[in-house]
Formats: sequence, structure tokens, C-alpha cells
Amino acid sequence: MLELFVRYPDLFSLLLLLTLGYTAGTIAEKRHYRSIRRREAELVRMSVVTAEGSFPPGKVRRSFLVSGSAVISIDYFKRLLAILRNIFGGRVKSYESLVDRARREAVLRMKEEARKKGAGMIINMRLETAVIGRNANRKKSIGSVEAIAYGTAIVFNR
Amino acid sequence: MILTNVNTVPGKKIVEHFGLVQGSTVRAKHLGRDLMAGLKNLVGGELKGYTELLQEAREEATRRMAEQARLLGANAVVNIRFATSSVAQGAAELFAYGTAVRVE
Repeated sequence: MLELFVRYPDLFSLLLLLTLGYTAGTIAEKRHYRSIRRREAELVRMSVVTAEGSFPPGKVRRSFLVSGSAVISIDYFKRLLAILRNIFGGRVKSYESLVDRARREAVLRMKEEARKKGAGMIINMRLETAVIGRNANRKKSIGSVEAIAYGTAIVFNR
Repeated sequence: MILTNVNTVPGKKIVEHFGLVQGSTVRAKHLGRDLMAGLKNLVGGELKGYTELLQEAREEATRRMAEQARLLGANAVVNIRFATSSVAQGAAELFAYGTAVRVE
């Protein structure tokens, strides 16, 4: 066993990274999804629409811009899976969960900011996604994505 | 300064238009943070350093845009849009633009 390790150190470090990425990545993702679902349930009454909407005069006390963002990166194991997926084509599930997490987190942060400032709803919500970070300019590898959510929060007169 | 991303300021009437205002900033994080992000890339999850960086950058871009609007004599910016781009490795540009107006 030890002899094998000495003979193929690269292979072993790759396997080590893969297992580390897989276990830590799966645990982190599950925990993140639990937190997302809990907070989404909490904030379900804050309605967010992509329409502009119009309000009768005297209904709106004030309005302001709110935004939220999150940069989420993918783990080593899933990155390898995605590269393999590139060969055969088809649905890349590992990246689906990556952008899904980033967007939902961004929307949640936007909603949390709006609630903190006493807003009742958010109108004209827009979502923006960008690839940033170290590997942003390398064509093949999408390591991390950023999602920004922003909209206009409305505080109503009581 | 009232900032919204709708065509109007809800509940208020626009009395004057001043045209386009914009603000942008390019940011990079120091080496230590980049290294941490590189390590985090192995296990996946949120890159807090980058989230903070982009948040600061967006606030800066928005501030510059609002400053431009203030110089024009506006008291609100409507129809604001944000855009992110990576101009170089490890650096991100944040751009905010909108229409400066005066509301009553």
C-alpha cells in the first residue's frame, strides 16, 4: 500500500482531492439547501414580482433599490463530473445546482434587506449572472458563478 | 437621492429628465483572499471574499452614479441596471447605469 503511494503520488493526491471534494462538497450543499428552504419559508410573505406595477396615489410611502448577491463555487469532484459530461453531452446536474443555489441565495439576501428596511414588496426584480474569479477568463472551466438580484422595494402607507 | 430600477419613482411624479448617468469600478482582491478562494474551490460553497468584494464594488459604482446625478441637479435615478464583467484574471468590473430625474 505504502509502496503504491510512493510510486504514484499524483494519482493518490488526485483521489484524495476527489474524496475531499465529494464529501465536503455534498455536506456543504445539503446544509446550504436546508438553510435556503428555511429562509424561503420565512420570507414567503414578501412578494417579489418582475413587473413594474402601478400604485394608486397616496399608497406608497417610499421606495428604494435593494440588492443581494452571492458567489458560489463548485467542488472538485463535481467539476470533474462536468468535464466528463462534456464528452457525452446532456444535462449537467452539478452546474444546475450551482447556479440554482447562487440565484436563490441572492434573491433571499435581497428580500432580507428589504424586510429589514420595512418594505412590503419588491417590484421589477432583475437577475444577473456572471462568471468571476480566478478562472473567469479561462474558457473551459467555470469554477464559480456570481448571481445578483436587484429590484425596487416599496414601503406602503398604513 | 432616491434610487429605483422602475421607470418612475412609485408614488411620485417626475418633473424633469437629465439623461444617462453611470458609474463603474474595477476591483481585485489581495493575494491572501485569492488563495483562500482557490482552496475553497476544492470543496465548493460560497466564496465569501468575492461576495464581499462585489458588494463593495457595486456600492461604489452606485455611489459614483448617484454623485453624477447629484451634480446634474437630479434628486432621483430611475431605471437602474447593473452589469458585471471580468476584465482581467482575478479582477471584476461592476457597472451601474440609469436615468437621472427630478421628482417633486
